[in-house]
Amino acid sequence: MPLAPPITDIEQLKNHPAVARLLDWKDSAIQSVKFDRDEMTIHVDRSDLREACALLREAPECPFNFLSDVTCVDWYPSDPRFEVVYHLLSIPRKERVRLKVNLNSSSPSIDSITPIWSGANFFEREVYDLFGVRFAGHPYLRRIMMPEDWEGHPLRKDYPVEGYR
Amino acid sequence: MAHLAPTPVLEPGQDRTMILNMGPQHPSTHGVLRVLLEIDGETVVRLMPDIGYLHTGIEKTCEAKFYQQVVPLTDRIDYLCPLTNNLCYVLAVEKLLGLEIPPKAQWMRVLLNELTRINSHLVWLGTHALDIGAMTVFLYCFREREEILKIFEMVSGQRMMTSYFRVGGLALEPPLGFFDRVRDFAGIFPERVDEYENLLTGNPIWLMRTKGVAYISPEDAIALGATGPTLRGSGVDIDLRRDMPYSSYEKFQFKVPVSQEGDVFARYMCRVQELRESIGIVRQALDGMPEGPIKADAPHVVLPDREKMKTQMEALIYHFKIITEGFQVPAGEVYQAIESPRGEMGYYIVSDGTAKPYRVHMRSACFANLQTLPTMCEGRLLADVVAAIGSIDIVLGEIDR
Repeated sequence: MPLAPPITDIEQLKNHPAVARLLDWKDSAIQSVKFDRDEMTIHVDRSDLREACALLREAPECPFNFLSDVTCVDWYPSDPRFEVVYHLLSIPRKERVRLKVNLNSSSPSIDSITPIWSGANFFEREVYDLFGVRFAGHPYLRRIMMPEDWEGHPLRKDYPVEGYR
Repeated sequence: MAHLAPTPVLEPGQDRTMILNMGPQHPSTHGVLRVLLEIDGETVVRLMPDIGYLHTGIEKTCEAKFYQQVVPLTDRIDYLCPLTNNLCYVLAVEKLLGLEIPPKAQWMRVLLNELTRINSHLVWLGTHALDIGAMTVFLYCFREREEILKIFEMVSGQRMMTSYFRVGGLALEPPLGFFDRVRDFAGIFPERVDEYENLLTGNPIWLMRTKGVAYISPEDAIALGATGPTLRGSGVDIDLRRDMPYSSYEKFQFKVPVSQEGDVFARYMCRVQELRESIGIVRQALDGMPEGPIKADAPHVVLPDREKMKTQMEALIYHFKIITEGFQVPAGEVYQAIESPRGEMGYYIVSDGTAKPYRVHMRSACFANLQTLPTMCEGRLLADVVAAIGSIDIVLGEIDR
């Protein structure tokens, strides 16, 4: 099966439950969409993220009620540098959606979604530990993998694979 | 040198409570889990898991390797279900490449994954029972596990770090006598599960230690990101093998065990019934095993057969190029999730079009499941903490990565 080219036209993707729900809320909620390899990606603005998650969680016809994963990608040296990635799953409808938020390189921070899913706690701590992205409103934002006195954030692209010697 | 702060800090809330440190070296934490407990007499007031003792930076290492070199790293994440991790990784890369996998390879993957599930559940059952005080079950479980490890050794040459799946198919043809051996095992195994159940399911001591202990509601389990038997034990009916099938699971018939009670016993029942369902899937895979190639027809990705490499110029060139330069993967990103013995195992891979992955993230089922521990234990007895840790079936290698 050869790869189909990705669809980025929002008009063609309006029927996806997550896109429809966010467009119902407000037109500017979606910065861009991409449907590639059977997976839906929605870029939202940093300030809209928490509300978008809350809306998707309570969407009546297709509630994305389960947070699968939170992670981050470092696009150093381009700017915006960080891309925080959220994977949501709808348990009743077996549908997935990926939300993405771009963050600048200088003191990256974003609203925590722990008020919506308490399970985001560990995932956000991991992103903070390994990428240095701060989550505003997180109940216990401390390193989780690395020792407390570790310097730097190992999964950043400007951090050498062998570590600092 | 920065100031050395102890991690993490849990201050006693009231005068009558005390802080108890459990682990990281503790026999019932299944590895190097450290749990901080605030206790009031025998009652747990607060609980905080502390992880990271086994962090090896596998995600960072993956970024420096070719795509095919990451496969052996995935074994080492979860040493109880290496083939599940192999499968999840290769499925994600195949999705990035748009590769079609021949039926025989897909069925072999299903067969070996179900054996891995049995293997992992046997270790869980044995150690969980040992924690609670039932020693015999441990010996029985490891007897059957040994046979599964021998099957793995037969097919891949390794007992634990199998690395048997490759991007595009399997590493080798299954050897002569392999299917007979698996069939023999599938023949005896249901009786053995009866044996375990005879020892535990009706045992009054076992029931007292597990029934009504470490309860978690379905709402809490969903909010905390629990998956697998931890979630199904609370009555949420989801199994990715059935609901979002991969690797031709849609061609197999099996039931998804669900219990409503949400306690340690419910999670125990879910896993024990899964043992029976898994051996059923193994039998179906043996009966319907298709004939044909075990590797996809994609010479730029899949290594040629050894014989061809020695006789054909083309094959030798492809072999040389894949080994020295890797293969390029079209830019893009995928999130591939599969049902591991512990829940939703997910690989998020970002490709920038080169031969090395730009970012590999493993969504570990235990990492999220561990967050349910405070909800299960707070307000309950200290002795039940051990039962609760056992019932969520954690592997610290997978949590810390």
